Amino acid sequence: MSDFSFMIDGVEIPACEGQTILEAADAAGIYIPRLCDHEGLRHQGSCRVCTVKANGRSVAACTQPAAPDILVENENAHINKLRRDLVEMLFHEGNHLCPICEASGNCELQAMAYRLDMTEPTQFPYLEPCRALDASHPDIALDTNRCISCGRCIRASQDVDGKGVFGYVGRGIHRRVSVNGDTLADTDAEVTDFAISSEVCPVGCIIRKREGFTTPIGEREFDKALIGHDIEEKRDD
Amino acid sequence: MTELRKARVATASLAGCFGCHMAILDMDERLIDLMSKVEIDRSPLTDFKQFTRRCDIGIIEGGCCNEENVHVLQDFRRNCDVLIALGQCAIMGGLPAMRNAIMHSDAPLRECLEEAFITGRNLTNATHNIPNDPALPLLLDEVYACNEVVEIDHNIPGCAPSGDIIYDTLIKLLAGKFHGFERETIRFD
Ligand code: SF4
Ligand code: SF4
Ligand code: SF4
Ligand code: FES
Repeated sequence: MSDFSFMIDGVEIPACEGQTILEAADAAGIYIPRLCDHEGLRHQGSCRVCTVKANGRSVAACTQPAAPDILVENENAHINKLRRDLVEMLFHEGNHLCPICEASGNCELQAMAYRLDMTEPTQFPYLEPCRALDASHPDIALDTNRCISCGRCIRASQDVDGKGVFGYVGRGIHRRVSVNGDTLADTDAEVTDFAISSEVCPVGCIIRKREGFTTPIGEREFDKALIGHDIEEKRDD
Repeated sequence: MTELRKARVATASLAGCFGCHMAILDMDERLIDLMSKVEIDRSPLTDFKQFTRRCDIGIIEGGCCNEENVHVLQDFRRNCDVLIALGQCAIMGGLPAMRNAIMHSDAPLRECLEEAFITGRNLTNATHNIPNDPALPLLLDEVYACNEVVEIDHNIPGCAPSGDIIYDTLIKLLAGKFHGFERETIRFD
């Protein structure tokens, strides 16, 4: 049941009124890389990893509405280079030591690097910010060294849990994700919140205590397949 | 007709845990095949401390945490045609780089040394001093990835990289057919 169609990299994609380019692509089994967008959460359009060219213009596929007969470019050398630069900058501005991270193997940032053929996290010198760990909560820890400011936890807490545990503070390069209280223990966050669940934080910033390293190497999500594989599997050609 | 000479390979372990060198052994019986194509020059595997001659491939494990690491790395760059950073420590500093930033401290190195030798729990250190013998190589302010010190030609990612990826990369390099990795094989851990 589609209202119209458009093209992504030469493939005809059916779409409905109100769908974004990314949603229509997902339904058709075409994966467009994304980090700040997550199914079930309001779109934010901030990471720009989903950048595609629509009729030659760069747009964020997760917020740009699909339109009849537009020509979208998703995978080519130029766009992949753009995406790689964005992902490198996310590594560059945090402290990402994958070998000691409990998210390793299940981390969307790391998996995106693999998908984009990156053999090193970044070619830029590391910014190495000093950020404190908040382990005040009995069941949850926050290691913002790994936060990529995607805002998924903010939207999940606000819109799904109805709580507002997380929010942005600061501006520009100083913009950070913070909690609604002096520490996480001062908020009403609970480990059963959707915002705290493993699917919301794409990296290893929101940590459920006593859970890390339970899945052996080789059996973690992105040990088995590239990120986006579940969507590409849906494609029938 | 002269016989093709074997490729000369050198290896070094800088600020690493030696895990990447152990991973070289993970190619198991394929080592026999590899050794029919290469000879090992300067390396902890041969215990040669100096280059006997110029090498085709240099393999570096670990980043630079002290001045000796920097000298060894520069010597490798001077003496090897192709230089490979093997593993996350060489590629981005790895575990030793934890001391660079995640100490919540304005002087991370000092805090690291004080905890290791003076203030840490369960310590037995009768002198209550941080070791300062002139024979010890001087520590750098930070741990540096290899490519911050010299030019690196290729990365083999992983911590440690698998025997498969090391073998495949070396065999392809020797044949002049290395054009990057299958992305399914890239790992940062
Ligand atoms: S959050 Fe992801 S990219 Fe960052 S250290 Fe952990 S596994 Fe690596
Ligand atoms: S804590 Fe996780 S979900 Fe929240 S903004 Fe940071 S990376 Fe995104
Ligand atoms: S990359 Fe991992 S295995 Fe290799 S030296 Fe560093 S810590 Fe050891
Ligand atoms: S996924 Fe579209 S901007 Fe982040």
